[in-house]
Amino acid sequence: MSPTWAGLAYLLAAICFIIALKALSSPSTARLGNAIGAVGAVIAVAVVFAVERPDNLGYVLAAIVVGGTVGVLAARRVAMTAMPQMVALFNGVGGAAGAVVALLELAGPDRATPRSQVAVAAFTLLIGAVTFSGSLFTFGKLQELITGRPLVFPGMPVLASVSVLVALVTGVWIALDAPLWTALTLTVVSLGLGPLLVAPVGGADVPIVISLLNAFSGITVAAGGYVLGNTLLIVAGTLVGASGILLTRLMAKAMGRPLTNILFGAFAGGSTLGATTATDRPVRATTADEVAIQLGYASKVIVAPGYGLAVAQAQHALRDLADLLEQRGIDVRYAIHPVAGRMPGHMNVLLAEAEVPYEKLQEMDAINPEFKTTDVVLVVGANDVVNPAARTSPGSPIYGMPILAADEAKSVVFLKRSLRPGFAGIENELLHQPQTRLLFGDAKESLMKLVGAVENL
Amino acid sequence: MDAISLLTVFVLAAFAGYEVISKVSSTLHTPLMSGSNAISGIILVGTIVVAGRAETGPGVALALIGVALAAVNLVGGFVVTDRMLRLFRRPAGRDRKPRS
Repeated sequence: MSPTWAGLAYLLAAICFIIALKALSSPSTARLGNAIGAVGAVIAVAVVFAVERPDNLGYVLAAIVVGGTVGVLAARRVAMTAMPQMVALFNGVGGAAGAVVALLELAGPDRATPRSQVAVAAFTLLIGAVTFSGSLFTFGKLQELITGRPLVFPGMPVLASVSVLVALVTGVWIALDAPLWTALTLTVVSLGLGPLLVAPVGGADVPIVISLLNAFSGITVAAGGYVLGNTLLIVAGTLVGASGILLTRLMAKAMGRPLTNILFGAFAGGSTLGATTATDRPVRATTADEVAIQLGYASKVIVAPGYGLAVAQAQHALRDLADLLEQRGIDVRYAIHPVAGRMPGHMNVLLAEAEVPYEKLQEMDAINPEFKTTDVVLVVGANDVVNPAARTSPGSPIYGMPILAADEAKSVVFLKRSLRPGFAGIENELLHQPQTRLLFGDAKESLMKLVGAVENL
Repeated sequence: MDAISLLTVFVLAAFAGYEVISKVSSTLHTPLMSGSNAISGIILVGTIVVAGRAETGPGVALALIGVALAAVNLVGGFVVTDRMLRLFRRPAGRDRKPRS
């Protein structure tokens, strides 16, 4: 295949990728777009075989089959609640592949490449390896193999700084004159840096980390494309990098804190760690029958779901309750906080799985003015996103985070397992306000009881 | 291709990416992440290139590991994104089949 045809085919693949992302502007076109993106990928892989004609074709194909099979199996089996872990792992393996490309380019025999290219290869190696080890660590956190609390040890900032310094020095060294061992040193140091970057981030802030690692994996690919002189890799990687950076910024905004505070806040002591003991202030407990009456005779109900809903596998029971209420002519909507769930948009996927129509899900800014005219807010498995402390108490770790204005509604019902504070460990003032009732128990069981009670009204 | 052309491609792609992605519906942010993640799996192309050029035994082995990892990312990413997007069907009105 001539370079011109190959270049044109790569351009076609790049257009496919852009169409795939553009199609995500609406749920009705998104699936077709994804298929077009996959077609672009197939074209690109076919072209690289035609251009490179690798001698070890059999082995390469075998490696693709093995990797592809693992990918398909993992993608088919993963539960929607575990999607953040899955994406973290996929980010990680992508980063590792980028690092491998850079390492082999640095170690390869034909080292007549210009210095700028060698420097970018060192950068690719660094960021690819950081993406790999950082993603594995994040996977561990999400899978609860590693504690979700910010992990800091004495001397950690020093160790991190030294690692960054060593990485920079070896990187420059590689660019000047690259014996193999400098590249290997850079690999090892970068692999160590990943966990150092991720460990101090608290569990509640993990959505930010996933977005950031997503951006890193994209940057790895773009830089790798520069090293290989491949425009498709540059375009694809840059698109992914832009997407990751955009989502990171959105998440940081939704948490009301700058990115630096989220990543390095634990070092300053001002982390998302608050009180962890249960409060003994009085609350008003209620029963399923009472809540059923409140809901059944309301005219407008807003559901504020959180990750706890998904943990209890209660999405379907919630959908059943909402259906019943709608049959009674009640206006039911869902208020989706940007950080509900464990990655951007996670709650939307979880509710879509329970066949909640997506137009009933409303973003925070759109639904906040509606709370004033709402009879009942049903908070299921959420806590911090409705905590008025974010607006009223400047000392609180979540102060400044935009929240759902649930406290403006006429009444609020929390479905809670216990009075234990939420993921961020911060006491919620809303629990103690006079319009609030608490229905204790497992979210799924409580919702099923509510369905029964509303049916009997 | 010379360095300046590659840099030009990079900068233009950055602007195009920002424009396209800022229009993505917030409902679809999780599929955006897994879908863009799948696109970054196109590093598979890069790993195939280095696998073809590798000459030493360890070099080939490392390159093949890279190929397999990139294939996990690429194939798995598109499949999982499709699985998620299937959940976002057009609103079918009130004719939802009852669950047992």
